[in-house]
Amino acid sequence: MINWMKYRLVYFALSAIVIGVGVFSLFKWGLVLGVDFTGGTLLEYHVAKNISAEELSKAVIKEGITVTSIQKTADLVYLFRTPAIDVTQKDSLKKAVEKVTGGTAIELRFENVGPSIGPELVKKTIFALLIAAAAILLWVAYQFKSFKFGVSAVLAMFHDSLVLLGLFSLFGHLWGAEIDFLFVTAMLTILSFSVHDTIVVYDRIRESHHKIGGEVKDLANKAVTETMVRSFNNSMTIVFMLLALVLLGGTTTKWFAVALLVGTISGTYSSPFVAVPILVIWDEIEKKLKRR
Amino acid sequence: MIKRSWFHSLMLRMSSPAKKVIFIFLLTLAAAIISMPKQIPLNLQLGKYKIEKLVRPDINLQIGKLTIKRNFDLKLGLDLAGGSHLVFETDTSKLPADKKKDALNSVRNVIEKRVNLFGVSEPIVQTSSFGGKDRIIVELPGIKDTKSATDLIGRVAELNFAELKEALPSAIVVPTDLSGADLQTARVSFDNKTGKPSVSLQFTKEGGDKFAKITEKNIGQPLAIILDGQPVSAPIVQEKITGGQAQITGNFTVEEAQNLVIQLNAGALPVPVKLVEERTVGATLGGESIARSIIAGAVGLIMVLSFMVLAYGKLGLIADLGLIIFSLLTLALYIIIPVTLTLPGIAGFFLTVGMAVDSNILIFERFKEERRRRPIPDALEVSFGRAWDSIRDANIATIITGLILWNPLDFSFLNSSGPVRGFAITLILGILISLFTGVVVSRNLLRLLVKEKK
Repeated sequence: MINWMKYRLVYFALSAIVIGVGVFSLFKWGLVLGVDFTGGTLLEYHVAKNISAEELSKAVIKEGITVTSIQKTADLVYLFRTPAIDVTQKDSLKKAVEKVTGGTAIELRFENVGPSIGPELVKKTIFALLIAAAAILLWVAYQFKSFKFGVSAVLAMFHDSLVLLGLFSLFGHLWGAEIDFLFVTAMLTILSFSVHDTIVVYDRIRESHHKIGGEVKDLANKAVTETMVRSFNNSMTIVFMLLALVLLGGTTTKWFAVALLVGTISGTYSSPFVAVPILVIWDEIEKKLKRR
Repeated sequence: MIKRSWFHSLMLRMSSPAKKVIFIFLLTLAAAIISMPKQIPLNLQLGKYKIEKLVRPDINLQIGKLTIKRNFDLKLGLDLAGGSHLVFETDTSKLPADKKKDALNSVRNVIEKRVNLFGVSEPIVQTSSFGGKDRIIVELPGIKDTKSATDLIGRVAELNFAELKEALPSAIVVPTDLSGADLQTARVSFDNKTGKPSVSLQFTKEGGDKFAKITEKNIGQPLAIILDGQPVSAPIVQEKITGGQAQITGNFTVEEAQNLVIQLNAGALPVPVKLVEERTVGATLGGESIARSIIAGAVGLIMVLSFMVLAYGKLGLIADLGLIIFSLLTLALYIIIPVTLTLPGIAGFFLTVGMAVDSNILIFERFKEERRRRPIPDALEVSFGRAWDSIRDANIATIITGLILWNPLDFSFLNSSGPVRGFAITLILGILISLFTGVVVSRNLLRLLVKEKK
């Protein structure tokens, strides 16, 4: 049997590096917040001919409309980001685009979000995260008749959330990945991924404990050995589906799929290499305290 | 050692694996028919018969007076079919706290009436209150002219009649007791002289009496028609009007006149509303998203299917069969319930396809261990039994998160936005179905296989 728990400092170091990079990025560059949080307008047009973003921008600014960015999302398709605009401004923007591209512009998408929506979304997200964490903590603690199982599972869950948040700050800086309500959804889904794998490993620990008993550390090693292949394989099938979605799926859900992908990988890693080592360390400290 | 859960006892009570496999087969066949596209063009030559196309049989039954009609089309959300998602905030600041809820409900009802009169199919109008803000969420599938729609919904449309008293340097407006509340119906008409669109009003009996009195009093004087505080027109009263009929001849386009008629018929909003959020997706973008999702889904599915065979050989084939049955059952349930499919919903479906084989993987890995200790049929049963505990506990955790995202009880402190819900519902459904296909379906298929080998 492999003594997985012997190398726990290595696992923690690896997690610390990934989270460290993310936290550094969070402090240095922050997050790129989407219109869901900041308020503002997204407008996507299919136009008659390809044209440089500068030319488009010039034409629109001439109409007195501030443009935050213009991005080419596909052949002949341009995405405009502006501060929240009204209907008249939208009309003049469209006319300006049509004039400069010499043909009709087809509106593919229009999103206009007022400034009051963002703070509300933040509050609701925090509520949802807390409720989910508490519910999972209670469920795991109840199922495994031990609080430390629940707490280590939830700590692994926060590990995954931090990894995701940090990496998305980096992705935002590098490739403009935005934080929107779908990201929030991904974050919550990941909580369940993370705990899904953790429960499978815990279950093995519980089973061996009933059958043979012994030190938590040995039981943990046994359980991690027994579940390693299944964790990897199951993760692979989810990764396949999500990769297909990232590479071939619609543009709207691309970053959502990336977030889920990051979460799947981190969630698979955190079960044997974060949740279980924390459980083992907790157990060891508990025993030392009892001995005194 | 195996704890017999309710699930096991239920399964034990059912008869032999062969019968169950037949049942599963029939279920899958039904699901396949339901989730089939409306028609598949085929050009098959079978001996004498030529089959040109396969047509999906939709339900269209007539039993006595009862008609059961059901077509098996997937319901698509705004981001796939195109349409508008509008959020209005109500200004209830001037109302006492106990009146706010009534006002919000009445705003909702008026907006719903307006939207229905506008002729949008399957609109959704909901209220949402959070942090002291009261909102109305309106979803209009398939709508193209969003400007007209937002004008229609967003205007208060309070109609008033007022006397104009000449007093230099400017006229004084003296409101009368006649208002939009005295209307019976409004309709679009065209002015006899100019041919311009106008709006004809028919007052209630009481309103007609008021109108008669006002016109009698103001012969030779202008009578102003005021909409939301803005005068629309001020015709000179020629004579006392007793029939309870009036006409507004503002400078309307046909569309404006139609909108005003809808607003007057649905009633005025009790409080002003403001558009705070609008999301419109054109039908083109939606269609493209669907096409890309189908390709992505097919590629992902093929990768998962091949992976399972590579990793588990023959057992993998059973899991693959289970996964295909899973996909068909899931699609069929989306149609039957019906679940409105959105892009995040599709992502949820993809995710559950990836997760659906998890129970199989758990069982197969367990089987590899148990096989060393006991004969194959026993090892199979033990693996299923032992793996079930993990599968159940792990999936309940996911369902908990799914329920928080779904927010089925509409708690105001949690999210209730359509796309997030769409994702949560497909996630929960997927997990429930995968429990069935991963445990019941593949277990019985395997039992049958093992039996035949003996």
